[in-house]
Amino acid sequence: MNAFNGRGVLAIYLFEMSRFNRTFWQSLVAPVITTSLYFIVFGAAIGSRMGELDGVHYGAFIVPGLIMLSVLTESLNNASFGIYLPRFTGTIYEVLSAPVSPFEMVLGYVGAATTKSMILGMVILATATLFVPLSIAHPFWMVAFLVLTAATFCLFGFILGIWANGFEQLQFVPMLVITPLTFLGGAFYSIDMLPGAWRTVSLFNPVVYLISGFRWAFYGTADVAVGVSLSATLGFFLACLGIVWWIFRTGYRLKN
Amino acid sequence: MRRAWPSPARAVPPILSIRALTKTYASGLQALKPVDLEIGKGEIFALLGPNGAGKTTLISIVCGIVTPTSGEVRVQGFDILKDYRETRARIGLVPQELHTDMFVTVWNTVRFSRGLFGKPADPAHLEKVLRELSLWDKRDDRIMTLSGGMKRRVLIAKALAHEPEILFLDEPTAGVDVELRRDMWALVRTLRESGVTIILTTHYIEEAEEMADRVGVISKGELILVEEKTALMKKLGKKQLTLHLQEPMAEIPAALVAWRLVLKNGGCELEYTFDARDERVGIPALLKRLGELGVEYRDLHTAQSSLEEIFVSLVSERR
Ligand SMILES: Nc1ncnc2c1ncn2[C@@H]1O[C@H](COP(=O)(O)OP(=O)(O)OP(=O)(O)O)[C@@H](O)[C@H]1O
Ligand SMILES: [Mg+2]
Repeated sequence: MNAFNGRGVLAIYLFEMSRFNRTFWQSLVAPVITTSLYFIVFGAAIGSRMGELDGVHYGAFIVPGLIMLSVLTESLNNASFGIYLPRFTGTIYEVLSAPVSPFEMVLGYVGAATTKSMILGMVILATATLFVPLSIAHPFWMVAFLVLTAATFCLFGFILGIWANGFEQLQFVPMLVITPLTFLGGAFYSIDMLPGAWRTVSLFNPVVYLISGFRWAFYGTADVAVGVSLSATLGFFLACLGIVWWIFRTGYRLKN
Repeated sequence: MRRAWPSPARAVPPILSIRALTKTYASGLQALKPVDLEIGKGEIFALLGPNGAGKTTLISIVCGIVTPTSGEVRVQGFDILKDYRETRARIGLVPQELHTDMFVTVWNTVRFSRGLFGKPADPAHLEKVLRELSLWDKRDDRIMTLSGGMKRRVLIAKALAHEPEILFLDEPTAGVDVELRRDMWALVRTLRESGVTIILTTHYIEEAEEMADRVGVISKGELILVEEKTALMKKLGKKQLTLHLQEPMAEIPAALVAWRLVLKNGGCELEYTFDARDERVGIPALLKRLGELGVEYRDLHTAQSSLEEIFVSLVSERR
C-alpha cells in the first residue's frame, strides 16, 4: 500500500474547491470590478491619448499585465489562506495524521488554488474582451504561462501560509512585496520606456519575466526574449518547489 | 529505567509496540523520557496522568503529528516513519481539542476524512457511524451550529470514517455531560467487540476503572507503571476497616499501637488501614484484642481504595 493516495489528494482538492464555492462571488466579483476599473481608467481614458505600444493598442497592451496582476495576488491569497486556516484552527492534525505524503498534500492544496487562479484569469480575460478587441498569437503558450505562473505563486502562497504566524503576516507579503513588484513589472508600460538604469534594475524583478512572456503569448512582442522569460519563470517555480521540499523534510512549522 | 511491560497478548505480536521512545521539544523540554509500551490487539488501554505528563505527546508521535526525538514505534510491525502509509491508515485519532471546520456539514466532513485516508466512498458505513453517534439527524448541519458535545461526536465520527484498527481517544470525555459520557463508554465497548484496539487518555479515573483492561500511569514523561487494571487495584489498593464505637474513645490504648489505628469523628470511629496485598492482615487479631480490652462496637465496614486514590498516591510518591 505504498502507492499514491489519489483519494486523499482528491479529498483535499475538493475540500479546497468547496471553500472556493462558498465564497465564489467574493472571489470573482472583486477582481472583475477592479480590472474593469483599470480598463476604464487606463484603457479608455488614458489609453486614448497613448496611441500604440509595440504596435499594440494601449487598452489591449495592458490586458496581459492586468490578468497577471490579479492571478498573482489571488494565487498568493488563496494558497496561503488555504494552508494557514487549518493551521490556525488546528484541523491540520487530520491531514498530518493521514496516509498522505508531502507531495500529495501539496498537490491537493496547491492544485486547488491553481485551479481557482486559472478560473479567475479566464474570467478576467473574458471581461477584457468586453472593453478591447483582443487577439492571442500563441494560445498554447498563453495557457502554459498562465498555468506556470499560477502554480508558482500558489506554491509561494503555500510557503507563506506555512511561514505566517498571524493574519497580519498573511496580508503583509502580498501587500508589501507583490503589488509593487507587479506595478514595477511592466504591467502598464513597456520597460523599454524606462530610463536606462531603471531598465537594468527591472531585470531583477521576476514579475517582469512573467508579464513579458505572457504578453508575448498574446501579441508576439516582448520586453525580454521569450526563452529568457520561460526560463526565469521555470526557475522561480523550481525555487518554490525546493523550499516546499525543505519545509516537509524538516517539518518546519507543521510538526513539532 | 527500561522495562518490558506485561502484555496480555504475549502469544500474538502486539498491534502497537513502542521502544525507548523519547521526545524533546524545540524549547528543550523533555516531554517523554524513554518510554516502552506494548499494546495487544483488541485491548482497551487507559493512559492516566496529570496535566503535562506527556499523554498527548505520546499519542501525537504514534499518529505522525509530532516527530519523535529517538526510539521506535511499530504498528502491526510497520515503522511509523518508514511505513507511515501503512501505520496511519490503521489509526484513527480523536484529538483532545475541538479542532473542527466551521462551515462544512457533518456529512461532508466525515466523507472528507474517509477520502483523506485513501478509502473508497462508502455511504453505508458513514451512515452507520453517524447513527451510532446520534449524528444522523444532524448530517446536513454545519459543524459550527453544533454544541460542544456534538462537535466531539463529530470528531469521533471522523476518526471512525476510515474503519481504523486502532483508535486513540485523547480525553474523550473532557467537558462532556454524564449522558454523553455513558454513550461514549458504550461506543467504546461496541468498538472493542468489533476488534478495534482502543487507547484513551483521561484524567477521570472512573473512566479507566470502568472501561480499561490495562492502565498505564505516566508522570513527567515517564511511564511509571503499566498493569492489568484488576491486578493493579488488588496490588496497590488499600483496604480500610472502620469500627463504629459504642463509646467515644479519648485516645488509642497502648495495646493497639501495632495496628497504627486512627481515631476519627470525635473518637467515635476507629480506622484501620492495611494493604490489600498484605497476606498477614491483622483483622482477627485486632478484633480479638479489642474484645480483650472491652472496646465495644456497633458496626464495622471495609472499603477498598479506588483507582483514583491509587493514582494520586503513585504520582505524589514521585514528587
Ligand atoms: N509544541 C510544544 N512545544 C513545547 N512544549 C510542548 C509542546 N507541546 C507540549 N509541550 C510540553 O510537553 C509536556 C507534555 O505535554 P502533553 O500535551 O503531552 O501533556 P498531556 O499529558 O497531554 O497533558 P494534558 O493532560 O494537560 O492534556 C508539557 O510540559 C507541555 O508543556
Ligand atoms: Mg493532553
